[in-house]
Amino acid sequence: MLMRDTITSLRYRYWPDHLLGEILSKRWTETAIPVILLLIVGFAFSRSIDNFLSPASLADTARQAGEIGFIALGLALVVIVGGIDLSVGSIFALTDFCALYLLDVAGWPVPAVVIATLLCGAMLGAINGILVGYLRLRAFITTLITLIIYRSAYDLLIQRYSNAIASAFPDIPSWDFIGAGSVLGIPTVALAYIVIAIFGHIFMTRLRPGWHITAIGGSRRSAYNSGIPVRRTIALCYVASGALTSVGALFFASRLGTVGGDIGVGLEVIVLTATVLGGITLGGGKGSVAKSAVGVLIVLLITNGLTTMNARGGVNRMALAGILLVAAMVDIRWQKNRTRIISKVYVAPTYHELPPPPPTEIGQGGPFEQNDKLRDVEAIGLGRIEAPEDVILDRHDNLYAGSRHGDIMRFLAPDYQKMEVFAHIGGQPLGMAFDREDNLYVCIGGMGLYRIKPDGTVEKATDETNRSMRSVNDDSRLRLADDLDITDDGLIFFSEATVRYEMDEWPIDGLEARGNGRIISYDTKTGTTRTELRGLKFPNGICVASDGQSILFAETFGCSIKRYWFAGPKKGAVEVVMDNLPGYPDNINLASDGNYWLALVGMRSPALDLAWKMPGFRRRMAKRVPVDEWLFPNINTGCVVKFNEQGKIVESLWDLHGENHPMITSMREHRGYLYLGGILNNRIGRYKLDKADPNFVQYDKRWGKAS
Amino acid sequence: MKRFRFNQQEIVFAVFALLFLVFSIFLNGFLTTENMLTLLQNVAVLGILGLAMAIVVIGRGIDISLIAALAVPPGLVLQMVQNGHSLPFSLLIALLLTIAFGLVNGWLIAYAEVPSLFATLATGLLLAGLGQAVLFQLDVVQWSRGMDGFERLGQGTIFGIPTSIVMFAIACIVVAFLLRQTRWGAYIYAIGDNPYAARVTGIPSRPIIVLQYVIAALIGCFAGLVMAASVNSMPTRVFNSTLIYDVILVVVLGGIGLSGGRGGVLNVIIGTLLIGTMLNGMTIMDISYAGQNLIKGVVLLLAVITDSFLNPRNEETAQQGDI
Repeated sequence: MLMRDTITSLRYRYWPDHLLGEILSKRWTETAIPVILLLIVGFAFSRSIDNFLSPASLADTARQAGEIGFIALGLALVVIVGGIDLSVGSIFALTDFCALYLLDVAGWPVPAVVIATLLCGAMLGAINGILVGYLRLRAFITTLITLIIYRSAYDLLIQRYSNAIASAFPDIPSWDFIGAGSVLGIPTVALAYIVIAIFGHIFMTRLRPGWHITAIGGSRRSAYNSGIPVRRTIALCYVASGALTSVGALFFASRLGTVGGDIGVGLEVIVLTATVLGGITLGGGKGSVAKSAVGVLIVLLITNGLTTMNARGGVNRMALAGILLVAAMVDIRWQKNRTRIISKVYVAPTYHELPPPPPTEIGQGGPFEQNDKLRDVEAIGLGRIEAPEDVILDRHDNLYAGSRHGDIMRFLAPDYQKMEVFAHIGGQPLGMAFDREDNLYVCIGGMGLYRIKPDGTVEKATDETNRSMRSVNDDSRLRLADDLDITDDGLIFFSEATVRYEMDEWPIDGLEARGNGRIISYDTKTGTTRTELRGLKFPNGICVASDGQSILFAETFGCSIKRYWFAGPKKGAVEVVMDNLPGYPDNINLASDGNYWLALVGMRSPALDLAWKMPGFRRRMAKRVPVDEWLFPNINTGCVVKFNEQGKIVESLWDLHGENHPMITSMREHRGYLYLGGILNNRIGRYKLDKADPNFVQYDKRWGKAS
Repeated sequence: MKRFRFNQQEIVFAVFALLFLVFSIFLNGFLTTENMLTLLQNVAVLGILGLAMAIVVIGRGIDISLIAALAVPPGLVLQMVQNGHSLPFSLLIALLLTIAFGLVNGWLIAYAEVPSLFATLATGLLLAGLGQAVLFQLDVVQWSRGMDGFERLGQGTIFGIPTSIVMFAIACIVVAFLLRQTRWGAYIYAIGDNPYAARVTGIPSRPIIVLQYVIAALIGCFAGLVMAASVNSMPTRVFNSTLIYDVILVVVLGGIGLSGGRGGVLNVIIGTLLIGTMLNGMTIMDISYAGQNLIKGVVLLLAVITDSFLNPRNEETAQQGDI
C-alpha cells in the first residue's frame, strides 16, 4: 500500500499532466498540426524519391510555392472574412495574359506592365467584391460564375493573341530577374513572398483592418452591429485577393512567358486545398498567414512528389480531392468539439496526501475542540451587503468591506448603520490593507492589485508580473489576487491563488490540488512587480509577522501555514509554521496580544481527503460527471483560531449553529471586537472579545499612532 | 390597392416566349420541325440533370458532383461491357457505385457537416479522378456489341416523340410524384425552408439529406445512360466542361431559389426550355464555345443577382459560414 502510494506520488509529481490541456488551449496548436504533417510528407518523399531535397529541386519548389503562395494569401484573406474565391484560377490566367500582352505585343516598359497587371487583378477582384460584398450574393456561386466568365474571356483573348505572344522573345534583364533571378540563392519570388507574408502577418494580427476582417468572419452580425463597415471590408478582401493573384501571375508570366489554354485550370482547387489543409477554417474568423504558407508547401510537395513518381493525372486529382475532404472534415469536427475536448482534458488532478486531521469534536480535547462562542455574533449591514470576503477598519473606526457588485462599501462609525459606496472598482474585492498614508490596497479577483486613495479615487497598482519561462499558459496576468499585507518598507506581498483557473472556478483548483498558486511582491516605491514564490497550493491569507522580516501565509488546500523570510539572515527561506490543519485556512491577521488570528473557511472531510490521494479517480470524475456534481471542498462550517509565533493554537472560536454568521473567510480585531467577513454572507459579524485590548487599532499597531 | 407583381416563373416564361419569338423571326432555320426536335433532344439530358439539382436545391443544398455521377457510372457500364461482362451485371455495379457515391455525399453533408458546395466539389473531383485513373482506358469509352439494344434509351421515337424527351418526361413525373405526393418530398421542402425548425419538429433531417443526394446521384446516372445511348459512347471529359453551370442555370432561372424550400418540377421545365432555346440560338448564330460560355456566365450572374433581390439576405439573417 505504502509502495503504491509512493509510486503514485512520484508519477504525479514528475509527469506534467496539466500541460496537455494548456497546450491544446493554445491557438498555435492549430498551426502545429499542419506543420507536423508537412514534416512527415517532406520526410516520406525525401526517402522515396532521389534528389527530392536537392538545392535545384528546392529552388524550383520555392518558385512554384511563391507563385501559388501569393494566391493562397489572397484566398486566405477571403476565407477569413467568411467568403470564398473560386475565380482565382481564371484571374491568374487573365492577368498572366495581361502582363504578356502588354510586354510582348504592346511593348510597354516593365514597371508599367507590373502596375497595369496589378490593377487588372485588383479590378477583376473588385467585380467579385462588389457582387459579394455590396450586392451580398453567395460567395461560392458568384465566384464560380465569374470563374466561367473570366475563363471564357481569356479563351477568347488567346484565340486572337496567342501567336503574337508566342512569337515574341523579349530580352529585358529586369523582366528576367523577376522570373528567374535570385538574391543570395533565394529566388526573387520566394523573397517577395516572404516580405509580403511578414507584412500580411502584421496586418492580420496588429492592424485595425486585419482585426475587422477576423471580426467579420467570426460573426458577421456582431461585426455589423458594432459598426464595422462589413460590406466595404468584404469587397476589399476580394480586391486584395485579385491583386495578390495577379502578383503570382506576374512571376509566372516572367518565368515561363506562355499563354497556354490550360493555365490556371484547376488552380482554385489546389489553392483551396492548401488553405483548408493549413487549417484556415471555412466559414471564416480563423486563420493566419503561417497556416496558409504551410498549407501551400504541403500541397506542392504532394503534387510534385506524385508527378515525379509518374502518377496518372487522375491520381493527382483524387489525392487533392481526398486531402481536401479529410482536412475539411477534421477542421469542422475540431472547431465544433474543441472546447469540449479541452474542458475534458484541462483538469489534471495530482497526488495530495494529508495525515488524518486533529480532532475537533466536543469531548475529545485538543486545541480545535468545538464550542459555541460565536453563537451570539451581532450582524452589521444584514441584507444590505453581499460577499464581504475581507473586512477592515481605518483609524477613525470606519468599517470597510468588499461586495459582489464590485464596490468597496463603508460603514460609518460609531454604530455602523449608515452604509455608503466608498469606491466602485468593478471586480470582486478580496483582501484589503491600509498603508501608512491611509491608502487602501485591495486585491481584486480577476483584475489584480488596486489602490484606493482616502478620497475614494481608484488606481491600478499592478495587474501583471514576470512571465515564467517554463509555463505554457501565459501566467503574466493576475487571475486571482487574493490577500495582501504591506511591510514597513512599503513592499506589498500578495497571494495569487491559482494561475490555471478563473475566480469562479476556484473549487476546480481544489479538486486538482496542484501547486498552482504563487506569492508576488509589489514595490510601492519603484512600482515593480516580482514573483517571490510559486508552486503553492492555493495561497490565501498573508500577514507580515511581528519580526518585520517575514510574512506568514496560508495555503488553503495545503491545509498549512508557512513563513517566508523576505529580509534578514534567513532571507528567501520558507518554513512550515503549522501543518495538517483540520480545515482550509483563509485570511491571517494580527491580534492585540501579539498572536495571529486565522480563519478556517471550511473543515476537511474524509471524502475529499481520500479523493486527494486518488488522482485517477478525480480525473475520471472531471471527464465523466457534470461539473455541478463534482466533489466540492466543504465551506459550510468553519471557525476562527488564534495561533502564536511558534504555531501553537491558543484559542478557537466556533459557531455550532451558523445562524448569525454562517461562514468565515476573514476576521479583523479592532478596539476589543472581532469583525468577521464571509464571502458567501450577506452581513458582517461583530464579536465582543473578552480579554482583548480595548484600544487596539491595527493601523496604530502597524504604522504608529497618528499625532 | 393590390400591388402588381410578377413572380419569377412568369417572368422567365415571358423571357422564354420573347426569345423564342425573336429567334423564330430573325434566325433562319430556327423554327423548323427538325431544329425543334434537335433542341428538345439536346436539352433532355440537361433537363434530367436539372431535376436532380432541383431536389437538392429545394433541400437547401447544391450538388456540383452531378456531372461526375453522369460520366463515371455510365462510363463504367460501357467499359465493363467492353471488357466482356454482361449488361445487367454492369448496370448493377454502376448502380451500386452511384448509390455509394450518393451516400458518401450525403454522409459528408449531413453527418460530417461539410458545406454542400464544398463537399460535392471535392467528391466530384474524387469520382472523376477515380474514373480517369482506375476505371477507364480511354477518355471516350466506346460502344461495344454487348450494348446493342440499349441505345434505344436515347435514340429513336416512341409514338413519334424522340425517346430522350420521353425519358425526360418520365423523370419529371417520377420527381413530381416524389416531391408532391410522398412524405419524403414534404420533408425535403421543410428542411429547405428552415433546417433547424425541421429538425426541432422531429423530421429525420440527416437521413433525408442523405436521401436527397442518393436520389440526385441516381438521376444523374440515369441522365448519363440516356446521354451515352443517344451518342453511342461516353465522353468522360464532359466532366471538364461547363455543363454543371448549365444545370445550375436551369434551376436558378427556372425560379428555384438557392435558399431552398421553393419551386418544383414545373420550374425545371421552364428553365430547361429557356436555356435550350438560348443555346440552340447561339449555336445557329455560330457563336464560339468560349463566347457561349461568356454569355451563359453573364446570364447566370444576372439570374443570381435577381434571385438575391427576390430572396434577399442581409447581415442580420445571414448564417455563420453560409458561403
